[in-house]
Amino acid sequence: MTDILTVTDLKKYFVVGRSSWPKRESITVKAVDGISFTMREGETLGLVGESGSGKSTVAYITVGMYSPTSGSLKFRDQDLFQADGKRPIRLKKDIQIVYQDPGSSLNPRRTIKDILKMPLQLHQPGKNRLEQIVYLLDIVDMPPEYMYKYPYMLSGGEKQIVAVARALATDPSLIILDEPTSALDVSVQAKTINLLLRLQQEFQLTYLFITHDLSLMRNVASRVAIMYLGKICEIAETADFFQKPLHPYTQMLLSSIPVISEEEEAFKPKKVISTGEIPSPVNIPSGCSFTTRCPFVMAVCREIDPAMVEAGPGHKVRCHLFTQPKPATVEGPG
Amino acid sequence: MNEASPLLEIKDLTVQFSVYAGKLQVLDGVDFYMYPGEKVGLVGETGCGKTTTMKAILRVLPSPPAIISRGDIFFDGQDVLRMNEEDLSRVRGRGISMIFQDPTAALNPVFSIGEQFGYVIKYSAPPGKSLTKQEIHLRAVNALQEVALADPERLLRSYPIQLSGGMRQRVCIGMALATNPTLLIADEPGTSLDVTIQDQVLRLLRTLVEEKNTSVILITHTLGIVREMTDRVYVMYAGDIVEMAVTKNLFANPLHPYTQGLISTVPRLTGGGIASGIPGRIPNYLTPPPGCRFHPRCPHIMDICRTEKPPTYRVNDDHDVACFLFQTENRA
Amino acid sequence: MNNVILSGRHLKTTISAEQIKTLKKASRRENLGRSWYKFSRNPMSVVGLVMVVSLILIAIFAPFVAPYPKHAGPFTDFHNAKIPPGLRYFFGTDVIGRDVLSRIIFGLRSSLLMGVVVLALVVPPGVMLGLVAGYFQDTWIDTVIMRITDIFLAVPPLILALAVASVLKPNLWNGMLAVSLMWWPWYTRLVYGRAVALRNEYYVSAAEVTGASTAHILFREILPNTLSPILTKMSIDIAWVIIIGSMLSFVGLGVQPPEPSLGTMIADGSRYLPDQWWIAVFPALAIVLIVLGFNLMGDGVRDMFGAEAS
Repeated sequence: MTDILTVTDLKKYFVVGRSSWPKRESITVKAVDGISFTMREGETLGLVGESGSGKSTVAYITVGMYSPTSGSLKFRDQDLFQADGKRPIRLKKDIQIVYQDPGSSLNPRRTIKDILKMPLQLHQPGKNRLEQIVYLLDIVDMPPEYMYKYPYMLSGGEKQIVAVARALATDPSLIILDEPTSALDVSVQAKTINLLLRLQQEFQLTYLFITHDLSLMRNVASRVAIMYLGKICEIAETADFFQKPLHPYTQMLLSSIPVISEEEEAFKPKKVISTGEIPSPVNIPSGCSFTTRCPFVMAVCREIDPAMVEAGPGHKVRCHLFTQPKPATVEGPG
Repeated sequence: MNEASPLLEIKDLTVQFSVYAGKLQVLDGVDFYMYPGEKVGLVGETGCGKTTTMKAILRVLPSPPAIISRGDIFFDGQDVLRMNEEDLSRVRGRGISMIFQDPTAALNPVFSIGEQFGYVIKYSAPPGKSLTKQEIHLRAVNALQEVALADPERLLRSYPIQLSGGMRQRVCIGMALATNPTLLIADEPGTSLDVTIQDQVLRLLRTLVEEKNTSVILITHTLGIVREMTDRVYVMYAGDIVEMAVTKNLFANPLHPYTQGLISTVPRLTGGGIASGIPGRIPNYLTPPPGCRFHPRCPHIMDICRTEKPPTYRVNDDHDVACFLFQTENRA
Repeated sequence: MNNVILSGRHLKTTISAEQIKTLKKASRRENLGRSWYKFSRNPMSVVGLVMVVSLILIAIFAPFVAPYPKHAGPFTDFHNAKIPPGLRYFFGTDVIGRDVLSRIIFGLRSSLLMGVVVLALVVPPGVMLGLVAGYFQDTWIDTVIMRITDIFLAVPPLILALAVASVLKPNLWNGMLAVSLMWWPWYTRLVYGRAVALRNEYYVSAAEVTGASTAHILFREILPNTLSPILTKMSIDIAWVIIIGSMLSFVGLGVQPPEPSLGTMIADGSRYLPDQWWIAVFPALAIVLIVLGFNLMGDGVRDMFGAEAS
């Protein structure tokens, strides 16, 4: 299996203002602060995190909305960000995104037909656009009558399906799904996820699946990475991630999820209950960023930021509880 | 369960909305009751009418276009729908408090927390008794301490924008409980918060409500939260109550096909894949399906379902279903 | 890599070109119906619309509607001067015997024409500049455009119009030009604000990451979402342009005698208040009616673009 995406030491800092007199220093948000991972072709890599984790920023950089402050992204060994910061148009078609909020990802003043026509005109040969649109709608199980409707006439789930169709229109290889079902009801979510899984099979797509819903992640991703304040805390194959969560934040997140069966309740880690607020990304604690909330915090944690180490086959974690004499040097699927 | 009289009773509530193409039949004869001290959940997906029901209780439905065409609402024995404005404002301020989904929208950004607290406390004082500034301030500080917010003095001087989402929601909870309401209506209280923060806020809410013995109606579409926070649950679909049960029993033994479908679509933390979901979509409220509104999507459909609306049957103590599959049981 | 579109899979549903055409027509009709429904929620908007349409029709058919069309040109009849309103001359006659009603009807023509022409001159460039400046916010493009806009806005509008109109030959067209020069910055500002807000919308990002051209983004993604305030402003602006135009002709710039203009009529007639009140009052009432009609209609236009109930 080839590596379709390689991210190396990616950083994205936003300067959001200046502090008050007399220091007048720049205030920087370190949205993404050095992350590395790779994606294999055809897999679904899950990215989990709460506010301030940087997961959406990673998504936006990958799809081309932001350019990185430092670090590199390679798509099939081609640099995504050229020297001038622009992305060549053929790479624009290969990576697409489905946004979280179906209400604002479709232009309310354009019909479904117009919304789908735009990517087709840019990236697909042929002139029979209407036919192509009918085709696209068929692929996502939407009746052709929807062509002339406006987004406000559609339900949330249907709008998201149109967003998926729009992403598919350019014939991409990698689709970033940024919380695609978070705004939807749970029964609609099931339908949408099933559609996405079917499409992945049919068109050999690779998914970067971002969500805060770990129950959903368990059933969708093949590998999971969890982020906190701009850094990856833990990354592992799905089964491993859920059965043997190593990082205290992973355990905290897992213990906070509302579940609906006794079985799941028993499965949740009990040792780490959620406490404390998520620090503002403008003011990240020194050393390990999780020190303000970690029940296992040690002296070294406040001083040195832990490095990513391999704690098991394909299971990496960034925590002093696991620091071994030699941290892992290769940042790959393992 | 039948010791005292119910705190809140809704009978046959029917609400319509006028729009371009006609009238939307939003609520179609909703029955609901709760006793003092209970924590009742109202579960349903977007558009099922749960928020409309709650807004009807407080009489804050925009009318026009909303019309309450039938039904009664009794709060503490009083007829809410026919009350005059004065009595109603007393119910709104002191009898019933509400917490909303988005704490950012519920707090006025141009007033400090202290000012907003003061307003709420001042206007909810019993008639004839006005509170001094010191008394109001003290009550506000107490309320903030109860919701585990540090440094209440400084917080009262702050503005909502300086607070995090979790803190704002705690402030809203504090404000809602500061008036010692008999009934607290919480509309999706954790949905806009991060999961770890939501867990903290909900645990806090549960503790406070149990301490003060406040009755609670919790509206949500997240089944996991209903299971953790409520004693009894109503399940709504397309403007109808389809099932009502003690929470444990609802999850252990869901009776209505919709409830079964809903529970099956929740992904499990323990794995198991994604269910196929409930086929079809929610009905058109302009021309809802005749008979049972769920029949076009029901795997157990019978002929009668297409023509007649199922009444509510009592299957066990405190387990009601509105489904013809149970027509051999007694009516509720 | 499977090409999604050309993979030749079987379609689950088929639809013919004919059916698509019918769909298109049906959806057009439904959209119009919906817009009308929203517009007509408020009966006063419909009243406004009726007023505006009537005024436009009267202006177009002026030679046929006016009882004494010749009075709108060089005409004098001192025997019938200063006659109060009555059966023969509905609004009376002025100091040189011209029927006030007929002159108002023809004056309406030039007022409405001014409104339409000025907006046609002003709106396209104003909106364009606002779109470009807003989308390229915080770049030199933004700075240049908005500072020029600010300069024009800083000059008191009427003074600017007067200055321009007095430099050029005084006639209707130069009057319109003068008003146009002071009017465009308002549209730029209006659209600028909206464009700045809209450029961060997800659907704009979706177009950008797919590689859409700037022209597509400006005109097909952002512009349709700014139409609501633009059209609402336009419907109310017509009234304002007419008032400004009347002010210009009141001071002798703009339309020249003997062509009738509402403003000139008020100016001339004001000398004869209160005895021959009808010479000034009726033209003033006409302006009031025009402004009222457009304002009421403007409310409806705003409602028409309002949010749909979910």
